[in-house]
Amino acid sequence: MSEQARDAVGDYRYGFHDPEHATIRFDKGLSEQVVRDISALKNEPEWMTEVRVKAYHHFNERPMPKWGNCSELNNIKFDDVTYFLRSSKQTEKNWDDVPEDIKNTFNRLGIPEAEQKWLGGVTAQYESEAVYHSIREDLEAQGVIFLDMDSGLKQYPDIVKTYFGTVVPYSDNKFAALNTAVWSGGSFIYVPKGVHVEMPVQAYFRINAKNMGQFERTLIIADEGSSIHYVEGCTAPTYSTDSLHSAVVELIAMKGAKIRYSTVQNWSSNVYNLVTKRGVAYENSTIEWVDGNIGSKLTMKYPSVLLRGEGAHAEVISVAYAGEGQHQDAGAKVHHLAPNTTSNILSKSISKNGGRSSYRGMLQVTPKASGCRSKIVCDALLLDEHSRSDTYPTMEVGNSTADLEHEASVSKISGDQLFYLMSRGFSEKEAMGLIVNGFFEPFTRELPMEYAVELNKLLELEMEGSIG
Amino acid sequence: MKMGEEVLRIENLHVSVEGVEILKGLTLTIHKGEIHAIMGRNGAGKSTLANVIMGHPAYEITQGSIHYMSKPLDELEVFERARAGMFLSFQYPAVIPGVQVGTFLKKSTQSVRQVELSARDFRKELKDAMGMLNMDSSFLSRYVNDGFSGGEKKRLEILQMLLLQPKLALLDETDSGLDIDALKIVAQGINMVAPLAGCLIITHYQRLLDHVKPDYVHAMIDGRIVESGGPELAVKLEEQGYEWLEQHQ
Repeated sequence: MSEQARDAVGDYRYGFHDPEHATIRFDKGLSEQVVRDISALKNEPEWMTEVRVKAYHHFNERPMPKWGNCSELNNIKFDDVTYFLRSSKQTEKNWDDVPEDIKNTFNRLGIPEAEQKWLGGVTAQYESEAVYHSIREDLEAQGVIFLDMDSGLKQYPDIVKTYFGTVVPYSDNKFAALNTAVWSGGSFIYVPKGVHVEMPVQAYFRINAKNMGQFERTLIIADEGSSIHYVEGCTAPTYSTDSLHSAVVELIAMKGAKIRYSTVQNWSSNVYNLVTKRGVAYENSTIEWVDGNIGSKLTMKYPSVLLRGEGAHAEVISVAYAGEGQHQDAGAKVHHLAPNTTSNILSKSISKNGGRSSYRGMLQVTPKASGCRSKIVCDALLLDEHSRSDTYPTMEVGNSTADLEHEASVSKISGDQLFYLMSRGFSEKEAMGLIVNGFFEPFTRELPMEYAVELNKLLELEMEGSIG
Repeated sequence: MKMGEEVLRIENLHVSVEGVEILKGLTLTIHKGEIHAIMGRNGAGKSTLANVIMGHPAYEITQGSIHYMSKPLDELEVFERARAGMFLSFQYPAVIPGVQVGTFLKKSTQSVRQVELSARDFRKELKDAMGMLNMDSSFLSRYVNDGFSGGEKKRLEILQMLLLQPKLALLDETDSGLDIDALKIVAQGINMVAPLAGCLIITHYQRLLDHVKPDYVHAMIDGRIVESGGPELAVKLEEQGYEWLEQHQ
């Protein structure tokens, strides 16, 4: 690799790419015909085609968001994006049947190994569709449905039709409209009443091709008294041109159910990551978003919870790491729509080498939602003088019985901390890695251990570049 | 007493912080197996001495030299000094939020020794050391110095000293704020390390010296050692203060 190329790739470990592996590749650019072709290729029911087309027109008419990083958003060249790319004829149940180079990619990412050790099921998506999918037999026997979204629509059209777009309608925002128009892949999960899925299930999203758009769509329904932990990871190769990742995730937690959704996105720094994630929580249910943003060029993502049933609880723990050329515009939105609902939001961000991280939050308490409690804590750590951190909290409180707390802090690594650690044998970059890992610890401890270890290593690597 | 090898040699040391001279010509030599105590009032420059030996970047040596194991120290960075066997027990140890004591101790021991330690071997070593210092294993899952009482912080410093097995131990007011039980435990830790190291104990009070017997006691005033002696000097300083020394100045 030339010096220049290495500079561009930096420490990003997942920046490798395979020869493109397309069995079907659509021409670049978007039109109603492209949308109809995607739907036709997938043999979808007519209602889905119609939803896609409506969403496409809405996408065209809808202006860009006015917040976040508008100038960067306007740099997205929608006509240069490939909206659909099929790289394998079908979704396999056995890794041996997955095309060799794709299998190797996931091997390098450690997915099959993780599956054997600690996962209840795995979906591996490569470009637009899942290439591998598997669920443990015992979960299947309990009636747990875990499929890629395309298979979900085929096998359970009624469930999908009932819930699709009910939590995130296409009219929600421009990128939700885009996703609804061209969605492909993602996960579909249904957990029956009273079933507790003890081992996490994982989806892994990999973009390999240049100028690719990945638009997965995930729908998770946890029926009454059930629980599930869903984990997602994402990486892409480093190219000099940009890719677009625009997902929609909808969660539905019925009475007494619990959904935890953990993400560590580590996209390469040429990916626009514009994702809408929202859950509806009914009576006494819990939705937890554990959301880590390490990679990408620009991320705009605000996991949300609508607390619709009395006693429901939302938990949003997020971290953002913004290095050179990166802007992480992340946060959380919680809407207290019913009495005695509670929420906790913890946001931690690190900015380094001119990177920018923003916390954008919304907390709403409606007039009829009495006795609500919410606590918001935002901590930012700046590693140098030219990096940036902003906080944009919004509160709309319509009920005077609400008990709300909001704390925010911005800090720097102190000379005393560095001297102390260095006197214990740590080099300066090791000391910074330790401090950074400690800062993110309230987040990493919520991850499955294997993920936490991986994330800590990743952050230590990131610190290597931070000392002049 | 047979003299051990020379560990630390400080000659005519002048040190400034932000242009203000704090040490004004300090000379001191420590051999292996010796315990030296430096006593002095606040502002005499005691902590500056400890920090400058360890390599704190805020302190500038304007004159004189420090040799460690017969080599000039100024070429070594702080972490290299630690890896070469120097240890500073801090008067005010820094808080490192989110980093568990257990993880920290293992990583730091590995850094200083520059070897990978098996989880099992390290656990045993740690358990023994903590047992000696009467520390509960619940310490290990707490964050480094976060919410620690003064006594807990000092015990963690001593635990680190036992694990890192220094050749030169600098103890900066490790005795301050300790009750008598904690003081005895700290003293026990120092006595364990002392035979194999050169020890420099910085203190205000004589009471630690009831439990750790110094070979040499030095009185420090205004950036210089003005009087040296045996343990009896510590008693005298405790009883009579420093005025009698100032008159000599």
